[in-house]
Amino acid sequence: MNKIPNRQAICEVLMDKVKTDKDIVVLCSDSRGSASMTPFANEYPDNFVEVGIAEQNLVSISAGLAKCGKKPFAASPACFLSTRSYEQAKVDCAYSNTNVTLIGISGGISYGALGMSHHSAQDIAAMSAIPNMRVYLPSDRFQTACLIENLLQDEKPAYLRVGRNPVEDVYKEGNVPFEMDKATVLCEGTDVAIIACGEMVKPSLDAAKLLKEQCISATVIDMYCVKPLDKDAVIKAAQNAKAVITVEEHAPFGGLGSMVSQVVAAECPKRVINMTLPDAPVITGTSKEVFDYYGLNAKGIADKAVELVKNV
Amino acid sequence: MDNLTAFSYDLRKKVVEMIIEGKGGHIGGDMSVIDILITLYFKQMNISPENMDDPNRDRFVLSKGHSVEAYYAVLAAKGFFSMEDVIANFSKFGSKYIGHPNNKLPGIEMNSGSLGHGLPVCIGMALAGKMDTRDYRVYTVMGDGELAEGSVWEGAMAAGHYKLDNLCAVIDRNRLQISGSTEDVMHHDSQIERWQSFGWHVIDVKNGNSIDELDAAFNEAKATKGQPSLVLANTVKGCGSKVMENVASWHHHVPTEEEAKQIFADFEERREACI
Ligand SMILES: Cc1ncc(C[n+]2csc(CCOP(=O)(O)OP(=O)(O)O)c2C)c(N)n1
Ligand SMILES: [Mg+2]
Repeated sequence: MNKIPNRQAICEVLMDKVKTDKDIVVLCSDSRGSASMTPFANEYPDNFVEVGIAEQNLVSISAGLAKCGKKPFAASPACFLSTRSYEQAKVDCAYSNTNVTLIGISGGISYGALGMSHHSAQDIAAMSAIPNMRVYLPSDRFQTACLIENLLQDEKPAYLRVGRNPVEDVYKEGNVPFEMDKATVLCEGTDVAIIACGEMVKPSLDAAKLLKEQCISATVIDMYCVKPLDKDAVIKAAQNAKAVITVEEHAPFGGLGSMVSQVVAAECPKRVINMTLPDAPVITGTSKEVFDYYGLNAKGIADKAVELVKNV
Repeated sequence: MDNLTAFSYDLRKKVVEMIIEGKGGHIGGDMSVIDILITLYFKQMNISPENMDDPNRDRFVLSKGHSVEAYYAVLAAKGFFSMEDVIANFSKFGSKYIGHPNNKLPGIEMNSGSLGHGLPVCIGMALAGKMDTRDYRVYTVMGDGELAEGSVWEGAMAAGHYKLDNLCAVIDRNRLQISGSTEDVMHHDSQIERWQSFGWHVIDVKNGNSIDELDAAFNEAKATKGQPSLVLANTVKGCGSKVMENVASWHHHVPTEEEAKQIFADFEERREACI
């Protein structure tokens, strides 16, 4: 089982790239430890800015740095970054079009039993609703690294969400199919299309294996690029299947499920079921316990697919 | 431009024309801030249409973005766009001259409009200057009512912490905000002690509508090393005409024909008095 969380993968890429690109700057809000950025801060103090517990300041300072040619990566818990500094993200990053990468760490329900103050189950909806803000939820450490490398190639704002805990690998080291803003098709089938993002990709892939045992063939799509959503991939997958399931670590409204449903409804109407967290504070527990409780695991996804395929 | 004070009344007139033509605008704060903008753009900052791509240019962010009409007038006077164009099109359907600063227009670095953003953004700009050992300076202007925003104090703290002596923040201390006196809405004084306690060098400008006094203050800020500077510009909201001066309701008010006549006459009288 992989022991490297996606956040650490981000730090490793940035520590490598900063050797040749002195414009890379990492900013934290008393969050360097939880962002896995301590090694970066220690080794590259001149490229690191601590702002203290001040998330609004974190984002605005990043925008100012970007405006003067720097490539800031602002890492702070997703719950605070996406809500406390929402307006700074909207005005100073998106509207002013500054080259800021916002890294929401410990995203979704990573913080488990700490409760709703520490959960970010609204960040996809909130960030996606901002014009000129891109939203990415990579599925594993290898894809995370690819994404960071690609984000260094452009000069536009982006919001990236990663979880706190290491997640099982979806891809293999040195063999990561990745095209910027194009979803990755993990397997293809004709009964059901499962479209997932972030930490829900791996259980979706495992669900496809369970379904195969029951002679149900599934397409699984890693939609790490929630915005801009890869519409072509959605349409193609939906056209080839009887029904669509979306899976995400997010509230039921405004997330991946809502966006996929919009596209399917407009382009190739089919039944779409959104598997999400509830519209309520989630039950107390570790993230695994919470996922299991709400059926956001391989078995839960497979069961939902069986039920759905039976009824179409 | 020898007599900038006289010139300030010419620009004030343009601002009023813009507001009448666009049927809206934040006239009171335009009148209090315009001398600050003129001093910065015509005496202090190395910003011009020719050097907007120069990484060594000074940086400016109008944090009190609602005073955009004064900003447009000064930018037009600097040659960034045409004064006639902005007066004719301000706030009209499809216009690029929006009611708050927008960086699609030449000369404008950052979009603003929501109060409390300018200072933290300028801290990023100032930090970048330090990192790259460039000697440009960074300026922002905030309203005094704006100071109630918590984000301003996050910025005040960080600028002091990082000893950003390439940063100069200006407060347009006109003692009014939308609902009335700043002291009634949310007690302010003493701003001098507040900013000093955050590690800033504070320069108290008695007449914040005097270009000479402002110029001296900015020179002092430039000479101050090891800490950021705050220019506390004690201004008059609506400065330039007795019709508007120190009247809260002129925060945003479009002058009637009658009022405009009086305002223009007042501008002319004061203009004459200073030449
Ligand atoms: C975050 C935010 N809240 C409210 C407003 C609406 N608003 C625009 S101007 C203003 C009053 C500003 O007063 P002050 O800062 O004193 O400015 P000035 O007197 O210089 O016009 C308010 C509340 C805003 N633009 N941004
Ligand atoms: Mg005021």
